[in-house]
Amino acid sequence: MDDTGTVVAFYMLSALTIVSALGVVVVRNLIHAVVFLILSFVGVAGLYITLSADFVAVTQVLIYAGAVSVLILFAIVLTPTGDRGNQETFLRLPALLLALLVAFTLGYVAIDTDWAISDREGFQQTASTIGEALLDKYVLPFEIASVLLLVAMMGAIVLVRPDSAMEGE
Amino acid sequence: MIRLAEWYDFRDLGNTVGSLLDQIRDWGAPDWVPYVVSGLIGVVAILLWTVLSVLAFIWIERRVVGLMQNRIGPNRVGPNGLLQPVADALKLLFKEPITTREADRILFWLAPIVVFVPTIVVFAVIPFGERMVLADLNVGVLFLIAVGSLNTIAIFMAGWSSNNKYALIGAMRTIAMLISYELIQVLVLLAAVLFVGSMRLGDIVAWQAGYGVWLLFLQPLGLLGYIVSGAVEMNRSPTDIAEAESEIVAGYHTEYGGIKFGFFYQAEYLAGFAIAAVIVTLYMGGWTLWGVEDWVPGWLIFLAKLYGVFFIYIWSRGTLPRLRIDQLMAFAWKFLLPLSLVNVMIIGGEKLLWQEAELSSGEALSLFGVVNWAVAVVLIVGWAWVLGHQRPERVAHRAVLTQEVGAIHFGEPAPTV
Repeated sequence: MDDTGTVVAFYMLSALTIVSALGVVVVRNLIHAVVFLILSFVGVAGLYITLSADFVAVTQVLIYAGAVSVLILFAIVLTPTGDRGNQETFLRLPALLLALLVAFTLGYVAIDTDWAISDREGFQQTASTIGEALLDKYVLPFEIASVLLLVAMMGAIVLVRPDSAMEGE
Repeated sequence: MIRLAEWYDFRDLGNTVGSLLDQIRDWGAPDWVPYVVSGLIGVVAILLWTVLSVLAFIWIERRVVGLMQNRIGPNRVGPNGLLQPVADALKLLFKEPITTREADRILFWLAPIVVFVPTIVVFAVIPFGERMVLADLNVGVLFLIAVGSLNTIAIFMAGWSSNNKYALIGAMRTIAMLISYELIQVLVLLAAVLFVGSMRLGDIVAWQAGYGVWLLFLQPLGLLGYIVSGAVEMNRSPTDIAEAESEIVAGYHTEYGGIKFGFFYQAEYLAGFAIAAVIVTLYMGGWTLWGVEDWVPGWLIFLAKLYGVFFIYIWSRGTLPRLRIDQLMAFAWKFLLPLSLVNVMIIGGEKLLWQEAELSSGEALSLFGVVNWAVAVVLIVGWAWVLGHQRPERVAHRAVLTQEVGAIHFGEPAPTV
């Protein structure tokens, strides 16, 4: 974080991320909220790039901005009353409390931690390093996550499958 | 090998830019000036090239498709109709930009601009020649997939904000299609990256030049998958169901007119060039041509290959009928997906074999090429035969989900195929 370019980029990207994240919760229109969400995902990807984590940054764009948000758009459009916007809810107070609690916890941890700057050189090949770590040292969590995703996928198929699908007309 | 390496050596435009940057450094400018200047040169060059190519190909495509369809095509503006694209562009510029009532104005205005960004950003990682790449990323191939998937959002914004049924249907079709075909794209690119061992596009070109063999000869299934999913991504006939004129007016840009429509039109061409550029870089050796690149500028070879690949898309547009949406989806999930999975398995096995069995690279590559082409032909013919000979009651003839939701009420069951 020494050179000016990185610092300027950091503050601009942080501003983009925070403003668009606020936009997600503030705007009434759900589609606008998703567009803000995509913008904030892209901002986070930019922050990863300033940390020279290029693989994670591209994956962030691919998975979050490209796939997850599209699924959210799909869900909103396919929900019959989805276009009526962000309604008031009776859960306002609990939600506020929970959000404050989370914000307080994160802030407390961030301030309380004794951050140390590593003097290690940056990675030349982030992708292969991550790949080796995932399939070597952290293979068990990796496989568990895969099984979890598989189960979720099969559950979705079972849920939407009509009983008469195999019987023909 | 002759290497002049002076600024007037146009076989490698990197020389010219390099000399200019050295000159700037000699004048005592701080470090960031050459950095910014080289970026600006790259961006301006790419933008200029895309605009000129799009203008040229509007004319070429209209004339060539006219020829294929036994008609003349535009021939009134200028000699042979050469100025037709200019006239088209001027007409689009002067037309009144209409915004429909009840449209979501912000997104309606934003969508044509947003659709442009991902299509143009793709060119940043494409090596046009030796030292002619704007940003040779470590994760180039992944970057291509990630940026390519962002198009969908702009198209959805356009379709949803128009407040028009047909536009929304077009947008939904785009999303459904891209979700299916992105999977195939990722799988075939995975096979290519696995075999070469690098995600950097410059390395992939260098690998093909080093072994003197294009990936096209080693991974025919991968090439097939990428060509088809590329056609879907660039939204052209025969896979242009997102804007099928005979079904849903013009799909997601039904309500767009004037220069805003022009933006979508040009973005479509740019996406086409981007897909062609990726095919050339990954499967056809990029800017190299077995030594010819020492004598002919690499960027000329690259552009010649690119236009050649793009011509295939024009050709298929002029000759093939449009697929129905369920046919297109079935083609992705039932035909291309199994084939690309098999492709990944075979390529992975061959990579392992090459490393373990101490084959010389010549033996190994020619063996893999022959085996893969044979497997590809057998799989394509065989799997098409199997799919075509299902028991008739198992063949789906209507989309089940739409009726469950209540969107479509047919009076009677659809006729059996």
